[in-house]
Amino acid sequence: MTMAEGDLAVTEFRFVQSQYLTAQPPPARMTGALAWVRANLLSTPFNIALTVVVLALVVWILYGVIGFLLVDAVWTGSDRTACLMSTVHHEVGACWPFVKDRLAYFTYGSYPIPQRWRVDLFFALLAVGVGWLLWLRAPRRDLGMVYFFIVLPVVSFILLHGFAAIGLPVVDTVLWGGVLVTIVLASVGIVVSLPIGIVLALGRRSRMPIVRFSSSVFIEFVRGVPLITVLFMASVMLPLFVPQQYEPDKLLRAMIGIALFASAYMAEVVRAGLQAIPKGQYEGAMAVGLNYPLMMRFIILPQALRVTIPNIVNTYIGLFKDTSLVTIIGIFDLLNTVEVSRVDPKWATPVTSTTGYAVAAMFYLVFCYGMSRYARATEARLRQGDKR
Amino acid sequence: MASEQVTGAGPPRVPLYNDPKVRSVVYQIVLAAAVALLVYGAVTNAADHLQKAHIASGFGFWNQTAGFDISQTLIAYTSSASTYGRAFWVGLLNTLLVAGLGIVLATILGFIIGVARLSTNWIVARAATGYVETIRNIPLLLQLLFWYNAVLKALPNIRDSLVLPGGVYLNNRGLMVPKPQALAGFVWVEIAFAVGIVGSIALGVWARRRQMQTGRHVPVVWIGLALVVGLPLVALFATGVPLHFDIPQAGRFNITGGVDLQPEFVALLLGLSIYTAAFIAEVVRAGILAVARGQAEAAYSLGLKPGPTLRLIVIPQAMRVIVPPLTNQYLNLIKNSSLAVAIGYPDLVQIFTGTVLNQTGQAVEVVAITMLVYLTISLVTSFAMNLYNRRVALVER
Repeated sequence: MTMAEGDLAVTEFRFVQSQYLTAQPPPARMTGALAWVRANLLSTPFNIALTVVVLALVVWILYGVIGFLLVDAVWTGSDRTACLMSTVHHEVGACWPFVKDRLAYFTYGSYPIPQRWRVDLFFALLAVGVGWLLWLRAPRRDLGMVYFFIVLPVVSFILLHGFAAIGLPVVDTVLWGGVLVTIVLASVGIVVSLPIGIVLALGRRSRMPIVRFSSSVFIEFVRGVPLITVLFMASVMLPLFVPQQYEPDKLLRAMIGIALFASAYMAEVVRAGLQAIPKGQYEGAMAVGLNYPLMMRFIILPQALRVTIPNIVNTYIGLFKDTSLVTIIGIFDLLNTVEVSRVDPKWATPVTSTTGYAVAAMFYLVFCYGMSRYARATEARLRQGDKR
Repeated sequence: MASEQVTGAGPPRVPLYNDPKVRSVVYQIVLAAAVALLVYGAVTNAADHLQKAHIASGFGFWNQTAGFDISQTLIAYTSSASTYGRAFWVGLLNTLLVAGLGIVLATILGFIIGVARLSTNWIVARAATGYVETIRNIPLLLQLLFWYNAVLKALPNIRDSLVLPGGVYLNNRGLMVPKPQALAGFVWVEIAFAVGIVGSIALGVWARRRQMQTGRHVPVVWIGLALVVGLPLVALFATGVPLHFDIPQAGRFNITGGVDLQPEFVALLLGLSIYTAAFIAEVVRAGILAVARGQAEAAYSLGLKPGPTLRLIVIPQAMRVIVPPLTNQYLNLIKNSSLAVAIGYPDLVQIFTGTVLNQTGQAVEVVAITMLVYLTISLVTSFAMNLYNRRVALVER
């Protein structure tokens, strides 16, 4: 048995430990739930006070919300008397029969009942398109782009508005309402604002002074005024600007207003992306002889849009929330259907308003939170790609 | 083609339609022509429409008597004598009032929540995150309607007002609070306040110079606070408290006296502040995270305490990142204050683009003026914030 020189030397000294000590368990105060609580909630007197105050606040809010939505809620009934304190004999929470009764109205507005399958089909087609684009490893995403940006708008228009020649009766847009209008407005904004925004952003970075000037003026003007004034302009002034026989439909006017507004914001987002592309990319593209459209199409925009995906989605979230403003110009989006229903004499009680708002809030919360999660996941993915 | 005839030196001649300069000129002419055509078409159509509707365009309506009431006026206004122009100013002032107060409240709340999101205290960080994620993802209009219709309008009516300590009444017509009224000697308090402000500015300049020369630190903040708050207080008591509080009195059908903060105003202020605070919190969080950790560590190793580290090292650097997006949030708040129209707070849009437009029918003029006002406010705000930003921005060599 041969021993290494060093080992031999060590064993000769008595005071050197020749066996490994067995590891001892960490002190009880450093691990486990208790230690976590100590470190994260009760580390200093100030932290203890903060924990107590915030905990009380959170419990108070949750107690109120859960109490209202579930515990004290009324679940059955056919009209307002079910949700009155004189009927239930305790504090009344959410009035769910009201929502059940009005759910179809919240979803379709006054869309004719026999035709509502068309709306359902539209939702399904839209879901397919959104899923196709958002699922990054889906097959043929290029086809998905064509489907979402070209096929879907045309098909949806025929489906929702109607086309008498193929047997779909025309449904006037004044009958549209609820979630349908909210989704239609948001989709139009989403589909239209990106291409216009890209054009405006390229225009703003153009070397041609007139192009640059007109793009900048449009962007700065629209970004400088509130959306509600843009909507007022679209709904009050637009009919003045076109010949009388072409007076646009009310919903179309709102769409134009929202699309223009979103385009200006999108332009700034895209411009930020364009600025993030190093100059060498432009020079390289020009050096291999690409002209401007080819350079943009194959070199610059793919990179610029990739880095701005999170910001684009954030703009979409803002757009989605902003569609609620059409309530003010009298279009029956989800919020307006809630507004109308909550004062309906059949259901008006002290809790009806809050119930209606809670439903609308949950709808927006689910959609917007979903989008922001997606943006964050994409951001994380992009960051991973940049790591070397 | 011309290019085939060129021989010898010099760059090859490019056909006219491929010459980038010619092209760019042509593109621009086409664009300018298209825009001009669009504007021309719009103007002629509008003139045509207005003529058919017998609406005289122009700003003649500005000096006509308005004839409608406004529920909250900061300047004198009567429905029988005041003009549309006066109504415009009333609306503009109301907008500025709610936007100004909203900016202050949203900034305070936003900074608190932004810092709370980074807290090492688990529940504080979670609660702040929950706040931001919930508030950011619900439309402001929905929140405003909730505060107004579901919270403030659901308060008891005036006879069953909630009576809060200090003569404050809360009911569905708003929040009635005591109104301080200055008596004769109050001018001394104002003078003392002015002296306090001037004094603390002078102190700040002197203390900075002294610290530069000797390295000795003067507690400017505390002395300044004592000057600004203490001096007026001393003056107040020295002159025998020349203040009279007009306390709301509950009558049989009404509450008289005091200041009545209307539910529309309270709802709008609350909604704007809470909504914008969520966005400001994200801005603040990003700003603080942008300061490299080594900066604070270096400050600690120099022997600075956590307080001065935050104040002298972290915050000045974070402000550089915070200010530009903060400006955007302020502008958004100002623009969002136009949602007042949904709950009936008499702001610029509600009075001018609402009532005045409906009464006069001057759609083009009214919408144009409104947009111009918001553009001006936006430009002035971003100019002011740019000035501030230049002060805090990184000075590069």
